[in-house]
Amino acid sequence: MDGVAGPQLRHAGLNLSDDPRELDEVESDVFGFWIFLMSDAVLFALLFAIYGTMLPATAGAPGPAREFKIGPAFIETMLLLTSSFTFGMASISLKRDPRPGRLVLWLGATLLLGLAFLAMEGHDFATMASDHATPDRSGFLSSFFVLVGMHGLHVTIGAIWTLVMLAQLAIFGRDRRVKVNLIRLSLFWHFLDIVWIAIFSVVYLQGLIH
Amino acid sequence: MNDVVGWHALLGNLSWSALPFVRAWRDPSVSEIIGAGAGAVVVIGAAAVVALITYLRAWRMLWSEWFTSLDHKKIGIMYIVLAGVMLSRALIEAVLIRAQQAVAINAPGLVEPNHFAQLFTTHGTIMIFFMAMPFLTGLINYVMPLQIGARDMAFPYLNSVGLWLTVGGAGLMMASLVVGEFSTGGWSGYPPYTELSYSGGEGPDYWIWVVTLSSIGSTTVGINVACTLYKFRAPGMTWMRMPLFCWTSLCTAILMIFAMPPLTLATLLLAADRYAGMHFFTANLGGDMMNYVNLFWLFGHPEVYILILPAFGVYSEVISTFSAKELYGYTSLVIATAAIAVLSFTVWVHHFFTMGQSANLNAAFGIATMTIGVPTGVKIYDWIWTMFRGEVRFSAPMLLAIAFMMTFVFGGFSGIILATPPLDYMVHNTLFLVAHFHNMLIGGMLYGLIAGYMYWFPKAFGFRLNERWGRISVGCWVAGFYLAFMPLYVLGAAGLARRTQEIFDPAFRPYLLIALGGAFVLAAGLASLFVQLYVSVRDRAANRVPVGDPWDARGLEWSVSAPPPEWNFATIPQVGSRDAFYVRKRNGGAYKPADHYRDIELPKESACGVIIGLAAAACCFGLIWRIWWMAALFLAVTVVTIIARSFMRDVTKIIPAATVEAVDRQWLAHAEAARPVPRELEQLERNEGLAQWMA
Repeated sequence: MDGVAGPQLRHAGLNLSDDPRELDEVESDVFGFWIFLMSDAVLFALLFAIYGTMLPATAGAPGPAREFKIGPAFIETMLLLTSSFTFGMASISLKRDPRPGRLVLWLGATLLLGLAFLAMEGHDFATMASDHATPDRSGFLSSFFVLVGMHGLHVTIGAIWTLVMLAQLAIFGRDRRVKVNLIRLSLFWHFLDIVWIAIFSVVYLQGLIH
Repeated sequence: MNDVVGWHALLGNLSWSALPFVRAWRDPSVSEIIGAGAGAVVVIGAAAVVALITYLRAWRMLWSEWFTSLDHKKIGIMYIVLAGVMLSRALIEAVLIRAQQAVAINAPGLVEPNHFAQLFTTHGTIMIFFMAMPFLTGLINYVMPLQIGARDMAFPYLNSVGLWLTVGGAGLMMASLVVGEFSTGGWSGYPPYTELSYSGGEGPDYWIWVVTLSSIGSTTVGINVACTLYKFRAPGMTWMRMPLFCWTSLCTAILMIFAMPPLTLATLLLAADRYAGMHFFTANLGGDMMNYVNLFWLFGHPEVYILILPAFGVYSEVISTFSAKELYGYTSLVIATAAIAVLSFTVWVHHFFTMGQSANLNAAFGIATMTIGVPTGVKIYDWIWTMFRGEVRFSAPMLLAIAFMMTFVFGGFSGIILATPPLDYMVHNTLFLVAHFHNMLIGGMLYGLIAGYMYWFPKAFGFRLNERWGRISVGCWVAGFYLAFMPLYVLGAAGLARRTQEIFDPAFRPYLLIALGGAFVLAAGLASLFVQLYVSVRDRAANRVPVGDPWDARGLEWSVSAPPPEWNFATIPQVGSRDAFYVRKRNGGAYKPADHYRDIELPKESACGVIIGLAAAACCFGLIWRIWWMAALFLAVTVVTIIARSFMRDVTKIIPAATVEAVDRQWLAHAEAARPVPRELEQLERNEGLAQWMA
């Protein structure tokens, strides 16, 4: 039964019944979300490309060297990486641990880390604004705020989504749709982590190299 | 003073002068009266539709059986109805554009420059985003799941959301005729002209938000179609057994997934410039409009193939069916389709050869562009060889397919001219270009979409369309195209710039008059399509094809009743070969009851898609007019609906096995009683949808 092609191995992250029909449905549900993520990845790729062309377009407004602070950016990176780890633990709890507490705990930790990330990012933006580095000053600042802000918007959506999932766990327990949406949310969250690593490298690290 | 501030918070930038009727009252010129007339048509037309539905007491039926339906077939039909409405408007605008140029020779003509600019902008925007896209999406939605033996799309609810986002965008498009003005920046909306400093009004904002709604809708369509084709094929329906329309749907879907984000981003960044004072594409402070042009055509060129590939799929089905032969060179057609899809991402710079990049770069993109001619040529030969020694019946869809092959090859040659950068420098931005892309889009895409509509109509509604009016319509579309656009090649080569409101060379007059005549013939083509529909509905009792296979056709979609039951297939078919139904008919395996019938689970009707689409459109209306409370309120409605839907658990319904069996056996009894009709008599009344075949 549990051969190489057994359902457990086909869906390492899923803890669903062994009904193969249901597994097929889940597979297509998750596959569709992968396709969406590819489409979303194109969006970010284009924002990175535009950011690249806008690097010299500071137009007399503050540039990267003056505005980027490696300290907060590094802490934000750590927060988001840790949140990916905690979501990983949530996924393991979803599959291995039937007790409801663990899953909620890990999801809650992920949510808090995400919110801390957003708070720090908001603080960074406010600091830049107080230094008159606002998106209407130059093409460079526009592209910076929209690229990083688009990621922040995604994290905000992810945080709202996590809240919704916590509510659904409380109401429905782990029914099929809750499980599928938790798998999708985990993909979304890890995807945002990857995008952030690109932002940290391409925007912050590159910006601070003189 | 406080009063003014209060009104502004309530109504944003809206004022009486936003209404074309008020403008026409104040300044009764021909141009303003035409604008007011168009607005009046929208208002009266909408009122008439509402009154008619109320009179027929059809609201409840429309709401519960159509608007809220998640059935891919009904969603497909609604997409095509939307396309028909929008085609009518944009074609009338085309006639007006042609009329303006024909009479405005050293004269002001009918419409003022600003009005003329709105006409060509709305014409292009509608034809691409609200005619072509809904039309092809509707065909794919209706046909593709039936062809692969599926009960619905992978995500029926997402399907409904996509439809209603598109409807919302189209609604805003219509609203712009009555409230305010549309953009004057052309369908491609190039900044910096469309930036706040040059186009201060609401026009570009209308354009930004209708296009954004449409592009998000199309992204969802792409995801849905691709996932359906990857995961929901019937057992035995391997990739290389899929009908070619499925292949072209898949490639179109993949193009949508990757090519729609650049458009969404282009419009959103332009919105960032206009709403938040940013500098992505402005002419100062580091803005770079070339970024916009690259983004737009990174979408725009794949879009060309999003439009044409489904039409290629239709031609493949139509030519194979009406030649009574299997498709010649199936494998090469699949490879050619995929090759076109890949190459479509490598040619976007040919839309702006003249914008300052190096000659070497232009040469590379010119060669890449010409390369696309190779797989397209393969396809043309395959279709010709499919007809060769076939039993060809010249029905209306087949006539369109043949007209397509000639017209499209001709347009392809003018494309090779445009793909050569030095020649492009001569004719860029002239009517030569306009002639070329209309040659591809009318002679390529529109003929295909109309052919698909005529070909699958009996499947969707259970009766055939009137053939005589179909042929009249085809004649108008073909003759009208040549009359309207061949003169434009000449005019363009002679140097007449596109989008010209007034013309100063009387030598152009005869050509412009012929083109105007052609525009009228095209309008007659559309009118005869509507006459055909009316006549066919009137005479439907005589033309019913309930058994479901009126053309002795080949794919699984013909193996079920016409119209198909909501669940499509009583049992999911097993597929053993290409042209599965055709083979099954000849092996005596068609029209057989199932061994046993099972309960079928289907998606339940849902109002969420309607609410999301229309609330998103209302949010956009608030953004266009800077009515911030409205934008915030309807954004909240959209988000809350999305979340609320995720809490609903009662989202499917069960069709009992007994119902499925009863419906299936009733249809089988029809098939038993029907007289088989040979192919040459398929246009006669005796065609009940049961084809006569010989082994």
